[in-house]
Amino acid sequence: MSTTTHEAVVAYDDVVARFDPVLGLEVHVELGTATKMFCGCSTTFGAAPNTQVCPTCLGLPGSLPVVNEIGVESAIRIGLALHCSIAEWCRFARKNYFYPDMPKNFQTSQYDEPIAYDGWLDVDVVTDEGVRTFRVDIERAHMEEDTGKTTHQGGATGRIHGADYSLVDYNRAGIPLIEIVTKPIEGTGKYAPEVARAYVTALRELLRGLGVSDVKMEQGSLRCDANVSLRPNPESPLGTRTETKNVNSLRSVERAVRYEMTRQAAVLDAGRKVVQETRHWHEDTGVTTSGRSKEEAEDYRYFPEPDLVPIAPSREWVEELRATLPENPAVRRSRLQAAWGISDFDMTAVSNAGALDLVEQTVAAGADQSAARKWWLGELAREANQRGCELADLPITPTDVARVEALVSEGALNDKLARQVIEGVLAGEGAPDEVVAARGLAVVSDDGPLLAAIDEALAAAPDVAEKIRGGKVAAAGAIVGAVMKATRGQADAGRVRQLLLERLGVSE
Amino acid sequence: MADLTRLTAAQTASAVASGEVSAVEVARAHLDRIGAVDDRVHAFLHVDTDGALAQAAAVDSARASGATLAPLAGVPLALKDVMTQKGIPTTCGSRMLEGWRPPYDATVTARLKAAGVVILGKTNMDEFAMGSSTEHSAYGPSHNPWDLDRIPGGSGGGSAAAVAAFEAPLAIGTDTGGSIRQPAAVTGTVGVKPTYGGVSRYGLVALASSLDQAGPCARTVLDAALLHATIAGHDPLDSTSLAEPVPDVVGAALRGDVAGLRVGVVKELGGEGYQAGVRQRFDEAVALLTELGADVVEVSAPSFPYALAAYYVILPSECSSNLAKFDGIRFGLRVGEDDGDPSVEQVMARTRAAGFGAEATRRIMLGTYALSAGYYDAFYGQAQKVRTLVQRDFAAAFATCDVLVSPTAPTTAFRLGEKLDDPLAMYLNDVATIPVNLAGTPGMSIPVGLAPEDGLPVGLQIMAPAMADDRLYNVGAALERALLERWGRPILEEAPSL
Repeated sequence: MSTTTHEAVVAYDDVVARFDPVLGLEVHVELGTATKMFCGCSTTFGAAPNTQVCPTCLGLPGSLPVVNEIGVESAIRIGLALHCSIAEWCRFARKNYFYPDMPKNFQTSQYDEPIAYDGWLDVDVVTDEGVRTFRVDIERAHMEEDTGKTTHQGGATGRIHGADYSLVDYNRAGIPLIEIVTKPIEGTGKYAPEVARAYVTALRELLRGLGVSDVKMEQGSLRCDANVSLRPNPESPLGTRTETKNVNSLRSVERAVRYEMTRQAAVLDAGRKVVQETRHWHEDTGVTTSGRSKEEAEDYRYFPEPDLVPIAPSREWVEELRATLPENPAVRRSRLQAAWGISDFDMTAVSNAGALDLVEQTVAAGADQSAARKWWLGELAREANQRGCELADLPITPTDVARVEALVSEGALNDKLARQVIEGVLAGEGAPDEVVAARGLAVVSDDGPLLAAIDEALAAAPDVAEKIRGGKVAAAGAIVGAVMKATRGQADAGRVRQLLLERLGVSE
Repeated sequence: MADLTRLTAAQTASAVASGEVSAVEVARAHLDRIGAVDDRVHAFLHVDTDGALAQAAAVDSARASGATLAPLAGVPLALKDVMTQKGIPTTCGSRMLEGWRPPYDATVTARLKAAGVVILGKTNMDEFAMGSSTEHSAYGPSHNPWDLDRIPGGSGGGSAAAVAAFEAPLAIGTDTGGSIRQPAAVTGTVGVKPTYGGVSRYGLVALASSLDQAGPCARTVLDAALLHATIAGHDPLDSTSLAEPVPDVVGAALRGDVAGLRVGVVKELGGEGYQAGVRQRFDEAVALLTELGADVVEVSAPSFPYALAAYYVILPSECSSNLAKFDGIRFGLRVGEDDGDPSVEQVMARTRAAGFGAEATRRIMLGTYALSAGYYDAFYGQAQKVRTLVQRDFAAAFATCDVLVSPTAPTTAFRLGEKLDDPLAMYLNDVATIPVNLAGTPGMSIPVGLAPEDGLPVGLQIMAPAMADDRLYNVGAALERALLERWGRPILEEAPSL
């Protein structure tokens, strides 16, 4: 847990009334290649520490890197999907700095010659005036390698200061990363936090569609650094920015940007200067704290990596890759929106919840689009929020959701039971049919037991029975409720009501 | 049989293949020689007696079982300590790697083993291959077999001294600015820096990645060619390794015919600053080439005088980054972790301060400075431009010449300690060899006589276009044969016996 003193903040509405925010987002994506960027080691997540290593990714003396061609191909495909130009010739560069989780004490990256540059991605955000499209310009997408992972043991904070000792796992060292950097995102005004979130969401959807990464923020395969600055108005020069790291969920992207805006506004209001620095986002407390200052930051002494030859992707190859790109996400959204016949507002809600794939797959599995949206944006979104995970990471599949919906339409489940089935699936009790069987959740459709329960309920409340007989049909609810309770919710309330009224010889 | 250590590698291989002598006998003879002289020469940092005998025995049993032996099977070799060999100490002449045993073989090492070459041990060198005398070795200098008070050249002085002292007929060297050729010149041996990318760098502990190249050290041109052919060729583990087939260096070494060949004498590599006896023997060798039918002309390479300065920006820049991994975290030396309650940065700093010698520290600091923000363009950027000019000079010269020649080093072997306190004087030793590294082209040094004033060997450098390494061997073999005829016996027979 972080032990931080809370800094002063300004109310958000006040911030956006007096300041113009500018964003810059840097997203690191771990590619899903079978092997690392510069050696043949496996990239499987979760292996025992330091079991997926070799002389090259351990940086042993004498070892050399060899470029993973699938890594380059993925980088080009990402660049193309982001409407970037693809370099005809580019090089890797060494970014030199000392850190124990960097085996060579330099990171093999790209510097002034990225493989992809000058692209854009459109994102939709719900505004007061309806759904609005913001174009986010992409500065560059470049290839690099991940570092190892350091765990600090002992000490109060889990961070390096105060730790007794540190453990380094080099399994992650050398895993291919693509860093995607936006140009300054201007003109978002009060929607800056939403635009940031929508951008990362759209980018994640695009990357998932390309099949280049599993884009799991909580496992670190997609990581976002958010640069935020404020200026008095859009005509002013850019203000001093901070770079917030450790933003590990879509929700955090939005919250971290919002928090930084309110914090910086307070700093500026107090007549102080925003310090250009790296800040650390704390999910639990919802604040950022100061990391290292950029002014004392190291000089990375970039120079072209002499151990690797330049990359010169042929135009034929690039065109081949362009031709095999999956459907553009924006085109796909329009197509699905038309097919489902829903409003811009509803469609944006699906997209920005990161539920597009899930809803689409649920519909493909046979469910009605509105039911699919209802589950993923309602019950399941709440559950994901509670668990602090992504929708896609809930232990339930679109097929499961579609099956539950099918049981509802067949009349085998009512809404309440359906929720219990979903709850059972989420609890790991098996597929929907297994949960129904194990929990005995089927709707009681045999009229015999229902009539018995109705009689019992009427006998217990003769006054209510009298009222109904007297024509006060509205009173039927109490009896239906009693029957539902007696049958532990497993009856179809509509049917109970119908039988009750027949029994008492009254009509609606 | 006569003294087995006096045979050439080609003779040894043929004697082993015919069964005239066993590989184990050959190995023992060399191990005995090392035991007898290396306390004075100090060519070796580590002698792997058991491993060498086991490898030799394997060759003998392969022969006994009727297997066809590779061209150098059973021939002993000394491996420069900058090349990894699985399980064998590899120090690069530095305290930093004391006790480190690599878990893997360099590609060169693996190819030697596969070819049945018997690796006797690891040879001394300037720390991380920085130097021209082996005096920068953390384990003390090697001594020149011609005069034990003199340097054997560097950085690969141990490899050259081992070959010159008949401790091994073959050795592997690495050449970043002349570390194979200059030691060959001052020890009266043959040394070749192949075309950049011709021999895999995988497992060669990098000094300057864009300049480093491993190559053969031998007593004859043919032996060097046989070793060159054994270690060269594409390696998928080295991205800068060339895919082209290896030139027929052995065929060229057997041919040795310069009739009609256009030989360019590089105007800028000679004259002032070169010892009189070096110039004399060089001029005589050039005259001999004319006698042999070569068409000798003078060529100019106007940017060569700037090569040394450019080299001393590029090399330290790359080396400051390459040597960053030596931090005490994962392997090798670690200093000061129990002194107080140090941070990881402090342990890294203490380790590096204790582990690197003066020359390594100097070059790391130079390179760190040259790559710094604000200085990059003025230093590294400018040096790369000079590098391009040097490459253009070579291209222009090779448009009219098949090969170029120059003295290999400006002087014969100097005395131990003579230049140790004067880095610039030390750097000037490589003034004639550096252009080849900057251009990525191949170069050879062969002995062309003894300087009259000091009786020490003089080397002549042959330079060829990239991937035309065979031309070095053709010209080298022709000169070697003609000189042998003139001298009556190999030049190393003139060296005092140890």
